Amino acid sequence: MAEPTLPTEIHLDIVTPDRLVAHDSVTSVTIPGKDGYLGILPGHAPLLTELVAGELVYTREGTKQFLAVNWGFAEVLPDRVIVLAQSAERAEEIDVGRAEKAKVRAEERLKRFTDPQVDMERAREALRRAMARLETAQALKK
Amino acid sequence: MAALLDIRHRIRSVKSTQQITRAMKMVAAARLRRAQDRIFSARPYANQMLTLLASLAARTTDRSNPLLAERPIERQLLVLVTADRGLCGAFNTNLIRAAQSYLEEHRDKEVSIIAVGRKGRDYFHRRPIKLIAEHINIFGRLEFTQAQPIAEQIINLYTQEKVDAVDFLYNEFKSILTQRVRVERYLPIKPIEPARGESLIDYIYEQPAQEILSVLLPRYVEIEVYRALLESQAAELAARMTAMDAATNNAAEMIDSLTLHMNRVRQAAITREIIEVVSGAAAT
Repeated sequence: MAEPTLPTEIHLDIVTPDRLVAHDSVTSVTIPGKDGYLGILPGHAPLLTELVAGELVYTREGTKQFLAVNWGFAEVLPDRVIVLAQSAERAEEIDVGRAEKAKVRAEERLKRFTDPQVDMERAREALRRAMARLETAQALKK
Repeated sequence: MAALLDIRHRIRSVKSTQQITRAMKMVAAARLRRAQDRIFSARPYANQMLTLLASLAARTTDRSNPLLAERPIERQLLVLVTADRGLCGAFNTNLIRAAQSYLEEHRDKEVSIIAVGRKGRDYFHRRPIKLIAEHINIFGRLEFTQAQPIAEQIINLYTQEKVDAVDFLYNEFKSILTQRVRVERYLPIKPIEPARGESLIDYIYEQPAQEILSVLLPRYVEIEVYRALLESQAAELAARMTAMDAATNNAAEMIDSLTLHMNRVRQAAITREIIEVVSGAAAT
């Protein structure tokens, strides 16, 4: 019996409540899973994971595309990856100034960790989001 | 002669009203297009989320998630989505009437209201009903981030067992000419049909399915709230567009009949003057 042939491409869908960010055929995807980054190639075993704020990279026709995603889910099938994200921005769309400001603000709040008024979890989340955006924007320049 | 002048003034005032209604119609039409696009672009996310939920539901038998928990209903929460502004035909009236009959129907229970949109707020503000919260002026720039606080609020009320059911009352955008008032139960979330067939793949779970479900369900509520807001916004704009179109046509009709009337009056005055001159000449 012949081995079932593996797909050579992955259909990647990235959707947010506001729009369909990407709908592409790609050769590899890296997603920011909750327990660490996951590299996905065609023929990956079915997988379901929660995403955290981070950098999503995919390769399409040899060129890498960078996106900053904020919290979401990813469903991986051998020939399909579906990313449901709260927000997703392409590297070139990122407002670096705004992200910098958000980062500074989050850091300030984290410094006041003795203050019971500060919601540490939220501040940490905000910092993670800002960092993800900045890193993604950086990646574009490289 | 005064009558003629009065008619002229009236025509002028009707004309300026017509200009306003025509402008409002144009604005509504332009914004409606954008609202419709928004509905379409929100759809893929909602659909994907439903597929995900369905395949999760197929795999977990545990129904212990607080958002799925059904309790005997004693206290209900109605989220009433109206418009912020009037001049959109029967849009708000229909909603408020539906809200009234909802209250009537559930008079044996304790019903409280969250008002989204100024019109509903204003109406129930003056009435002996518990208004838990209001979200007004959100339709000008409607975004997903505006649906989140509403979703968070209803989830908190439900999980803290302050209410036993949450219903949404809003206008659904059917087409430009029709809106339909809908009542939908948002919480508890009705059991999601487990997926059949191809999606019964054995997933590797990075997190336990229960855990994924417990973070996914609140997001599902958020997207549902967002959808209701989008529908309502599109419906409002469509209603305003049709109402303003009718108003513009009515104004045109009124101008026509007033012009006709004015011409008659003028003709009559001219005739009378001629008769006066002629009979004056005949008398001498």
